[in-house]
Amino acid sequence: MSLLQPAAVKVRELPVWLRHLLFGIVFIIAWQLYVSLSGASALLIASPIATVQALFTDIGNGQLISATLISLQNLAIGMAIGIIVGLILASLSAFSRFGRDLLTLLTSVFSPLPGIAILPLTMLWFGLSPAAIIFVVVYGSIWPISANTETGFRTIGATTRMVALNLGLSRVQTVRDVFLPAALPHILSGLRLAWAFGWRTVVGAEIVFGVAGSNGGLGWYINNARYFLNPPAIFAGLVVISLLGILLDTFFQRVEQQTIVKWGMKQAH
Amino acid sequence: MGQQDIEPIVRADHIYLDYAQGSIRGDRISAIVEDASFTIQRGEKFVIIGPSGCGKTTLLKAIGGFLQPLRGELLLKGQPIKKPGPDRAFVFQDFEQLFAWRTVIGNIVYALQAAKRVPKNEAIEKARHYLELVQVAAAADKYPHQLSGGMKQRAALARALALEPDILLMDEPFGALDAITRNQLQLELNEIWQRTGVTIVLVTHSIQEAVFLGTRVMVMSSSPAQIREIVDTSQAEEFGSQQFDALSKHLRSQLIHHETSPERIAQLSAVE
Repeated sequence: MSLLQPAAVKVRELPVWLRHLLFGIVFIIAWQLYVSLSGASALLIASPIATVQALFTDIGNGQLISATLISLQNLAIGMAIGIIVGLILASLSAFSRFGRDLLTLLTSVFSPLPGIAILPLTMLWFGLSPAAIIFVVVYGSIWPISANTETGFRTIGATTRMVALNLGLSRVQTVRDVFLPAALPHILSGLRLAWAFGWRTVVGAEIVFGVAGSNGGLGWYINNARYFLNPPAIFAGLVVISLLGILLDTFFQRVEQQTIVKWGMKQAH
Repeated sequence: MGQQDIEPIVRADHIYLDYAQGSIRGDRISAIVEDASFTIQRGEKFVIIGPSGCGKTTLLKAIGGFLQPLRGELLLKGQPIKKPGPDRAFVFQDFEQLFAWRTVIGNIVYALQAAKRVPKNEAIEKARHYLELVQVAAAADKYPHQLSGGMKQRAALARALALEPDILLMDEPFGALDAITRNQLQLELNEIWQRTGVTIVLVTHSIQEAVFLGTRVMVMSSSPAQIREIVDTSQAEEFGSQQFDALSKHLRSQLIHHETSPERIAQLSAVE
């Protein structure tokens, strides 16, 4: 009993990243074993080794790099516009009854509609251009950002509002120096949701585009790999998409660390 | 004696206060504060005490410019009060009154820059000076969430004082603190008042705080929301002194006796 216990305790005591790494290694080994031993067709599934090879090949020839950059660019532009529009809508909503009604109405009608669903529409409007994809990303970002920011503004405490009034701040000062930082936990939640939806939308839209024949982005890359019967490249694309997702999420975590965690504002609501 | 000749800084003349329009009962308006008249002299410590719901905070907010009287006149330096401003700096009971996203000194510097357009270097110097005054200078670069309750209130006081206001408005500032810290801060507030001479209007529940801190104490009642009496407590310098105990007893009788007076009992039985 006493021989087993120390070992069991030790595994649980390992740092988080190490536990996750061990789990990942076990998973990859299992994946490799399945591919090697099950005799599944090479056209259906690629092994970890083949995937890594495809990664090296397509990073080397620049395909993956340019695809990644295009996807990120679409996401960045779409989100930037979405953030501006979302913040404006939320500010209007915070300061006027009409703004509040407008936002509630728009959100309830449009937010259940996934961005990708309006892609056929934007393709009609903008053709097979980046604008069609970017529009869809904008659309997908606006609702989480405006709704969360509006909640953030609405739940600002009465005392904070009174302090802003007491100091005699102008409207601009109040929104910029008090409301925005006070609402930051909610705004960051909104941004996190927006980027998550946006990323999924970008990849999905690029796949649709890929089917239609236009090139660019990671979605196009994996669809293209399918077309050329290149499963390792599909897997390589999926790995990159996933890694970028993790990276961006980590970026947001860092932002949270430097702001709302440092200020003791996390979990306030 | 000479004070009657000097123009008071605040004058209230038969004011009625409510957040809505009040309600009409017969030919009377029923409001949170009814028919209040009083003056506040420059440099005094004017304490408002009363039971919950008597309108003392509402009165403070009216002086602060957060609401307008339904009736009557409320004048600051002879002019009606239009809106809030840094000349009537507040210290609230709420620990969240400091901006969480700025350091202690950052809060004061921001207030000075934004409210009074003080240039940055001067603002930093001033901020340090007032942080020293309230004995929180060591925590200048900390964030509010890292401070104890007492230190947060001290920092909030520093921010209000740094604005060098005409009046310091304090809404039960020590109400959320433990008794020891509370007593400590009462002593320190007194000392700060002696050093700066700022006019203070303070709302409290505590009789002991009212007698110790106030130069005059205005006792309010609820139902109806009126001023019962204004008591001179400037002679009560020390806890436990004869004057202190006598004044405490008097205030207690004003506050507690009223709520069980024969008139009150008759009123309560009539509302059936």
